[in-house]
Amino acid sequence: MPGSGSRSGVSYDARGLVEPHAEMPENIEVDGHRGRFDAAGLTIRQINMALRKLIYNDGITDVTVLNPASKHSLAVGILKRCRIHFEGSPGWFACGLIDGPEVTINGRVGWSVAENMMSGVVTIERGAGSLTGAAIRGGDLIVKGDVGARTGIDQKGGTIIVMGDVGINTGFMMQRGRQIICGNAGANLGDSMYDGAIYVAGKVRSLGVDCVPGEWDDTDTELIERKFRIHGLGDPPEFQKFVCGKQLHNYDALEPSERKLVIH
Amino acid sequence: MCGIAGVIHRDGTADIGAELTAMLQSMKHRGPDSTGYAVYGPADDLVVIRFVLAEPNKSTGFGMEERLERNRAEVESRLAKIGAEVATITSDTGYAFRATIRYGGDLKALADYLEDVPGCEVLSLGSSLEIIKDLGDAETVSGQYRLGSFRGTHGIGHVRMATESEVDLASAHPYWAYPFADVAVVHNGQLTNYHQWRRRLEQHGHRFQSECDSEIIAVYLAEYMARGLSLETAMKHSLDDLDGVFTYVCVTGNELGIAKDEMAAKPLVLFESDPLVAVATEEVAIRSVVKREVETRDPYEREVLVWQV
Repeated sequence: MPGSGSRSGVSYDARGLVEPHAEMPENIEVDGHRGRFDAAGLTIRQINMALRKLIYNDGITDVTVLNPASKHSLAVGILKRCRIHFEGSPGWFACGLIDGPEVTINGRVGWSVAENMMSGVVTIERGAGSLTGAAIRGGDLIVKGDVGARTGIDQKGGTIIVMGDVGINTGFMMQRGRQIICGNAGANLGDSMYDGAIYVAGKVRSLGVDCVPGEWDDTDTELIERKFRIHGLGDPPEFQKFVCGKQLHNYDALEPSERKLVIH
Repeated sequence: MCGIAGVIHRDGTADIGAELTAMLQSMKHRGPDSTGYAVYGPADDLVVIRFVLAEPNKSTGFGMEERLERNRAEVESRLAKIGAEVATITSDTGYAFRATIRYGGDLKALADYLEDVPGCEVLSLGSSLEIIKDLGDAETVSGQYRLGSFRGTHGIGHVRMATESEVDLASAHPYWAYPFADVAVVHNGQLTNYHQWRRRLEQHGHRFQSECDSEIIAVYLAEYMARGLSLETAMKHSLDDLDGVFTYVCVTGNELGIAKDEMAAKPLVLFESDPLVAVATEEVAIRSVVKREVETRDPYEREVLVWQV
């Protein structure tokens, strides 16, 4: 049957994504609690196999990956406290579904970095594509360049900090969490958001449906200063705060168990 | 889900066949069903025609060899009748052909006359444009048509995952902007007002080779350029006229342009340097030709950019 696999092997793999016989790379160097390997010439599965071996099997807590060369889906689903450094640019879906790691990316990333992150820190030294931090539930995601469209779409928690500009539909349907945008924001900022807050230092092209300017209080100042201090981002600029106007969704009709999701 | 790519060298010719093949092969996961190229070699006095006489998966079987030979002879005969002098005519596959001709007449009349031959579809016409497309991944198609040695200034390519129409050449990109010479488009997305624009353009006398929404873009742009608009202006108009989610790349004899819809819903990554501009659905494609860490960016919504050779 097309698209199905089997215990003995793969019956159909037109896109060449499946690597049932991928072998562990031999160029892994270990020094104490640190490990490193060069990903040039390795497949996605080989890179992830090496990462998992070092982190889960060998107890290495600090891994450096050289030359990721924009390959997709690297370091996805790592559920352990550790440090991972990418020297170069991963591709799409990097660090998705992680719970715990502190990741530094000395490069840029493609779409959907840190998607569904539960906890941890992902720091990107350059820019990122669209859907950055989609549906993150916790942790801090810092992008030091510009990002594409729909940053933090469906965000459910955590903090996204962008030092540059963000594109259209940033914060679309975000439900909790914070976004701190140091540059300009594209059209439809915070469209249909349920809750959370978006701070923008630059210009906002337009607000989305039910996104309104919010009232600033001391907790906003404390949050921003704390995040900038922790991540060594220098002095924060002045921000304007945007929140949900609570006119779009029917908040009064929520069940008690759901109510906690929308109350400040 | 499909993948698109484009390169333009602003400092002379390069191995664009090999470059596009590397880019498209790196995006094979976005579509293994068919691969297509629109490449521009050095222009000369000859008109280049790329045409097919049968779909690849219908090119063999009882009597097909004789039928293809008969129809090829008919094409040559018609070229002579319409006043074209054939310089060369070759085939890499038995069903897809490349001809160079001396011809100063109306290209629309030429294309229409040839396409009256049973099974004939003109893939491209122009002084330097050549559209090559076939079933399979980039390395398969490149090997089949010997594109590894193709040198030129710019080109675009497409890998297709068939989602809404057949796995065949008619549905494969790039699309030539019939009947306008040297204009081609690759597209990733869906146009929701396709039928409206198709009817409108058909009323202006255009015909379409496929049922694919992407073909609309090529003809739309060429129609506006024929009215005197620049490629960039025509592409900016398209952002208001075309509904849906799309990113497309258009090429002419000396330009390459990109456009993103107002939602920026479809991906595109851009690398720009003085000698080279490369665009692709995914950065991994750019890394296949620029093998070092480079500064790239995602163009924003409603962004139109055009580069000249």
